[in-house]
Amino acid sequence: MKESLKRTPLYEMHQEHQGKMIDFGGWELPVQYTGIIQEHHLVRTKAGLFDVSHMGEIQVTGEEAEAFIRYLLTNDVTKLKDQQVQYTFMCYPDGGVVDDLLVYRYSPQHYLLVVNASNVDKDYQWILSHAPEGIKVTDVSDQYAQIAVQGPQAQEILQTISDIDLSTIRFFWFKPRVLLAGIECMVSRTGYTGEDGFEIYLPGDKAVQLWKKILAAGGDNIAPAGLGARDTLRLEAKLPLYGQELGPDITPLEVGLDMFVKLDSGDFIGREALRQQKENKPARLLVEFEMIGRGIPRSHYEVHKNGENIGYVTSGLHSPTLGKTIGLALVQSQWSEPGQELDIMIRSKPVKARVTQGAFYKRSKK
Amino acid sequence: MQVPKELMYTDEHEWIKVDGERAVIGITDYAQHNLGDIVFVEVPELHAQVASGDAIAVVESVKAVSSIYTPVGGTIVEINDALEESPELLNQEPYEQFIAIIEMDDPSDLDDLMTPEEYEKFCQAQG
Repeated sequence: MKESLKRTPLYEMHQEHQGKMIDFGGWELPVQYTGIIQEHHLVRTKAGLFDVSHMGEIQVTGEEAEAFIRYLLTNDVTKLKDQQVQYTFMCYPDGGVVDDLLVYRYSPQHYLLVVNASNVDKDYQWILSHAPEGIKVTDVSDQYAQIAVQGPQAQEILQTISDIDLSTIRFFWFKPRVLLAGIECMVSRTGYTGEDGFEIYLPGDKAVQLWKKILAAGGDNIAPAGLGARDTLRLEAKLPLYGQELGPDITPLEVGLDMFVKLDSGDFIGREALRQQKENKPARLLVEFEMIGRGIPRSHYEVHKNGENIGYVTSGLHSPTLGKTIGLALVQSQWSEPGQELDIMIRSKPVKARVTQGAFYKRSKK
Repeated sequence: MQVPKELMYTDEHEWIKVDGERAVIGITDYAQHNLGDIVFVEVPELHAQVASGDAIAVVESVKAVSSIYTPVGGTIVEINDALEESPELLNQEPYEQFIAIIEMDDPSDLDDLMTPEEYEKFCQAQG
């Protein structure tokens, strides 16, 4: 492992749980502990504990913070109330994605943006370069550890060490000061697994203590889960990953995430390009597909139709929950209809796949 | 990590058991452990003629794609179909499950293989 890799405050826990450490965008993080599939199933059936301290946090404050954030991001931040969270994109003028992120509103003068680890510096510079006078932009990533507790039993487990009734935090809301095992945390009902769950932000020097308390509170119903399971869980739930489904050369409309792009409620960076793309319909679209032939579609495999290259796979996997092999691909939009048969080029051979709709994992809501 | 004494090994983490003119090829405990959960095996083509060093099969884990190379040239005379339906067998019993059995053209291909002792050292050096 390279000397220069950054470590999270929970590094010693990963050692203790014998995590298999990898270089993840400059961070030394566990890809798995006991095994990706086992950890995946535990999150779907009970609960998993993730160290996501590598995520970046950028604070934006100022009298006109709300107006600035509206201009910076594609979703309509003015719709948020205090203690509400929103998923959104930061775009370039051409509609390509700088990053996808969560916005936490403390007040109309105070927001926290939670961004992808690999994009923190780029995002910070981008935001800073657009910030008018009176807006303060601060990279506070180093001040936070972040722990995600995900799974159907997440609430039940955390409730035993919480000073508030966690059912009062609804999906995509947060509470800024919750005591968990006596430690003050910011807690949101959010996640990246397709399950119910919470993301917990706290000072780094308290992270190990809380990690141990959560494991003790959950007993056999919770275990640490690594980045491998995080990826299979998010993909199974069709949640996009920056660098695969999103990037500077991919717009939110091409990947079908139009609902997070509000073209008619104020100006924002990229609006004109996205409006035009919406009017003309994107030339390519993200499709779900299911393998008919044998093989695992991997990122960047070509997609062919009638022998022509029509796009590429962004992500794929053998789904542990669904028991079938599924993937996402960006293809020319005329081939994006559900039912369409496509060829995934696996080791230079075409393998049949079918475009599907709604075939990915959705948890049953209570 | 298990390294059975009766087998020979490659630096690509395959094991070879010699049975007369035939070489049985599989992947080692070290290989399956490092790959993690194996979810797909593309089995070799039966009766194919292969040369030493050819990729004859593909093993995919959740995160990685890995080719299996034969250290010996010859004809593939047996494959392990069970791996198509149950690729996880390679995780569970790497030395019970073979990838291919090859009728060797030239047994001197075996000369470059590692002994169990050498292979163990090789793995330790890889960390």
